[in-house]
Amino acid sequence: MIPLDPIVLFFLLGLLAGLGRSDLRLPSAIYEFLSVILLLAIGLKGGVELAQQSVTALLPQMAAVIVMGLLLPLAAYPVLRALGRLARADAASIAAHYGSVSVGTYAVAVAWLVSREISFEEYMPLLLVLLEMPAIVVGILLARGISAGTDWKALTHEVFLGKSIVLLGGGLLIGWAAGPAALEPVGGMFFGLFHGVLALFLLEMGLVAAGQVSSLRRHGLFLVAFGIIFPLFGAAVGGGLGWLLGLSPGGTMLLAVLAASASYIAVPAAMRLALPEANPTLSLTAALGVTFPFNILVGMPLYHQWATLLHRLGG
Amino acid sequence: MHAEARKLVTIVTESALERRLVNDLRRLGAHGYTISDARGEGSRGVRNAGWEASSNIRVEVVCDTATAEAIAGHLRANYYDHYAMILYFSDIGVLRPQKF
Repeated sequence: MIPLDPIVLFFLLGLLAGLGRSDLRLPSAIYEFLSVILLLAIGLKGGVELAQQSVTALLPQMAAVIVMGLLLPLAAYPVLRALGRLARADAASIAAHYGSVSVGTYAVAVAWLVSREISFEEYMPLLLVLLEMPAIVVGILLARGISAGTDWKALTHEVFLGKSIVLLGGGLLIGWAAGPAALEPVGGMFFGLFHGVLALFLLEMGLVAAGQVSSLRRHGLFLVAFGIIFPLFGAAVGGGLGWLLGLSPGGTMLLAVLAASASYIAVPAAMRLALPEANPTLSLTAALGVTFPFNILVGMPLYHQWATLLHRLGG
Repeated sequence: MHAEARKLVTIVTESALERRLVNDLRRLGAHGYTISDARGEGSRGVRNAGWEASSNIRVEVVCDTATAEAIAGHLRANYYDHYAMILYFSDIGVLRPQKF
């Protein structure tokens, strides 16, 4: 049996400290700094690998992933409306969160694969960036329809110049332009420290997740069920797509993880501005209080088994 | 020492609104503003600034009464319904009235 993942244990420590009302609290500047390092590291790694790929060969994968990003919220929305009996704006906002992706979850999945020496397509961060955005547009259209007065200009600015896209996209470009040899001097900061930074980040995420518990109690069973079952559906879709696109088992798992994860950085900010009447507590409680812990604690091995199964059946 | 009377408008709200709010303030005639990070608890729950979606800002604007009223009216009409936001006025004295 493989010993327990230290990163998962850090998350549990944060979770327990938060639930026990410890006075432990990372200053928000530190949280910001950790997420900057993670986003840049993921972008740089993807960019270095991207330089060795022909981008035209990746176009079909890029297009397929964008289509998945558009369809996932469309699948979530009717469930949230009919079974959850949520208001239109709330359902649309949650659907957007679940159609988009969580970089933190992706980072944990990468660490999971690396610690087991399972290879994967290193250019995955490109697909990660592409998956962030489509769901936001779909979410707004679901809530507002096409004709109404959404300020698309301000929203485009918010989305494309939001920190996660700037750092991931910027990291991709820097990695792509500089190449592995030139990146060596800065690599210690971004690649050498990656696991340690991720561990601290997960400690903070544990604290944040623990903070959602009280609203979870208020908003009930449906959100818990949705926060677990929809990621499983997403992983099934993402894994299936990864297999269809001919990704390796590791890459298939990563696409499953991306589809299973729910955004808690880019989408909340965009939804707050575009759909102010949507209650942010609902989507954040589901994404942070249920789905993130589920994916970290239970999802990883499950999604890996799903990816292996697909490849064994498909040959 | 003679001080001119002005209003200090203090707004505590979600940091997601910062950019939009700053545009509004300029448009409504504020000559300047001061923003600081804030945390606390209110009718929309604890906002402890642990991370960005739960962080607050405090915006302070020194201006004349007309501008203060314009700001209050605009914020009440556009943000009160859906955002965590409070706004209050204080009477203050300033030494250089032309600045405000």
